[in-house]
Amino acid sequence: MTPQTPNHALEVINLRKAFGGLVVTQNVSLAIRPGERRLIIGPNGAGKTTLFNQISGDLRPNSGQVKLFGTDVTQLMPYQRTHLGLSRTYQIITLFSGDTLEHNVRLGLLGLRPSRWQMWRPLSFYSDVATEARRILDTVGLLHLANDPVAAVAYGEKRRVELAMALVQKPRLLLLDEPLAGLSNTERSQVKSLIASIPRETTVIMIEHDMDTALDLAETVTLLNYGRVIVDGERDAVVADERTREVYLGT
Amino acid sequence: MKWIGITLIAASLLLPPLFAGDFYINLASQILIAAIFALSLNLLVGFGGMTSLGHASYLGVAAYISALLTSRYGFGHGTAAIISIVGTTATAALFGVIALRTTGLGFLMITLALSQVLWGLAYRMSNVTNGDNGIAGLTRPTPFGISLDSAASFYWFALLVATFACLMMTIFVSSAFGSSLKGVRDQPRRMAALGFNPWMIRWITFTYAGLWGGVSGLLYVYYNKYIHPTSLSTTSSAEALLGVIAGGSGTLGGPVVGAALVLLLKNYASAYIERWNMLLGLVFLFIVLVMPRGIVPGVSSLTAALRDESR
Repeated sequence: MTPQTPNHALEVINLRKAFGGLVVTQNVSLAIRPGERRLIIGPNGAGKTTLFNQISGDLRPNSGQVKLFGTDVTQLMPYQRTHLGLSRTYQIITLFSGDTLEHNVRLGLLGLRPSRWQMWRPLSFYSDVATEARRILDTVGLLHLANDPVAAVAYGEKRRVELAMALVQKPRLLLLDEPLAGLSNTERSQVKSLIASIPRETTVIMIEHDMDTALDLAETVTLLNYGRVIVDGERDAVVADERTREVYLGT
Repeated sequence: MKWIGITLIAASLLLPPLFAGDFYINLASQILIAAIFALSLNLLVGFGGMTSLGHASYLGVAAYISALLTSRYGFGHGTAAIISIVGTTATAALFGVIALRTTGLGFLMITLALSQVLWGLAYRMSNVTNGDNGIAGLTRPTPFGISLDSAASFYWFALLVATFACLMMTIFVSSAFGSSLKGVRDQPRRMAALGFNPWMIRWITFTYAGLWGGVSGLLYVYYNKYIHPTSLSTTSSAEALLGVIAGGSGTLGGPVVGAALVLLLKNYASAYIERWNMLLGLVFLFIVLVMPRGIVPGVSSLTAALRDESR
């Protein structure tokens, strides 16, 4: 075994996934450099979230490979990939609605710590966990709501909790599934500057429909349609590409 | 307010042996045993989101192991108790591996099926278990030379064990692991994405619940000095599950209240009403209609509403 010095944060090789006769991922290959900001675009049903689910391990591909920092993770469970430095957010908000914002973020920290198996000491007794959780809540501008249950806060705030739960894990690779969906203009610019402030140690892959905002954040863009990669490359080249206009404008 | 509640609970636990007659002391002992059993089931149902219809397996396995070891193989109570708890926990660990291949309805059916297998064994392997006749003529242990044969002394013993069990299970669900468990109950997919292993968390809880089910089984066989396949039956599993749900699953007081209710109806009301099962059914129907989350959450939200009203 030679020690691996990964040239890529993420490699997706000939990934294929079909639900019955419907092929949702067709020979998709991606190579994403460490620190890259990649935007994945495509019309509804293009297979963007399905691709994310295969990268995070929620779905198993029929064939192909997923490599995280040079390690083949195709057969690994989602939690094992998280321990390799992968975090994600969900398009449909997936939070612990009865618990406080702080508790939600604390779970993000607990998931990576051995103390998640601790059977006699309450989570609330870990002051370092609480401090870190509150620091992240402050970063996303929600510290004043830390003790409110998720169910009691507004939609835009829940979106930011989604982000906070992923950010608190300090991931090496972060998958953001429509982080701007359903936000007001003010919230959009808040979340946009939040994403822009993510340190370069974190590679970011983002699915987003709001092109105006998302293109500013991206360096490279992948266009998916019918489960295939149509165009892939530097942002400006992809935007200028004939095929991008075709898919998006339908002409 | 909180102290009044604690004093009342303490008084109701400490007073029975001083004032009540043997019938009521024994009833109180049975409630304590049922409470441990219900609390252990509640770890699965309330905190783990795993609705099991086979939890009587662990009560029964512990009771049978202890009964067989002490009556047939001449083991002392101490050794027999340790072997039966270890054996029951191992059974739960094995059953967990099988049942946790699925969740939800599939899990419910597998736990039911596994407990039916044990029930069938207890019934049919009559050369070992004495079948439908059950194993009679058992004795109670004498910890530190103290006889537990009187109703009062057994009650104190059961109270000690129940307090310890309740404490241990409370610590378990309040711990960081308890937070992991509740997270897996509410959002298993998200928990996996956060780095938790949902299967392992469920399996550990399943095994731990089996251990405390076994403890209640030991008390059960000590109390009755007799064991019969019925204790392994779906009816005993279902009764406990009804108690947990009626009392309020996912709360700490709920299962205790629910277990007490089932036993009181069973022992007390049956003396007056022949069809006590019908009464049990009606009571549960009433609870489900009026307090869908169970008695304890129902009453506490009612008192909270009244307090707001009086302001």
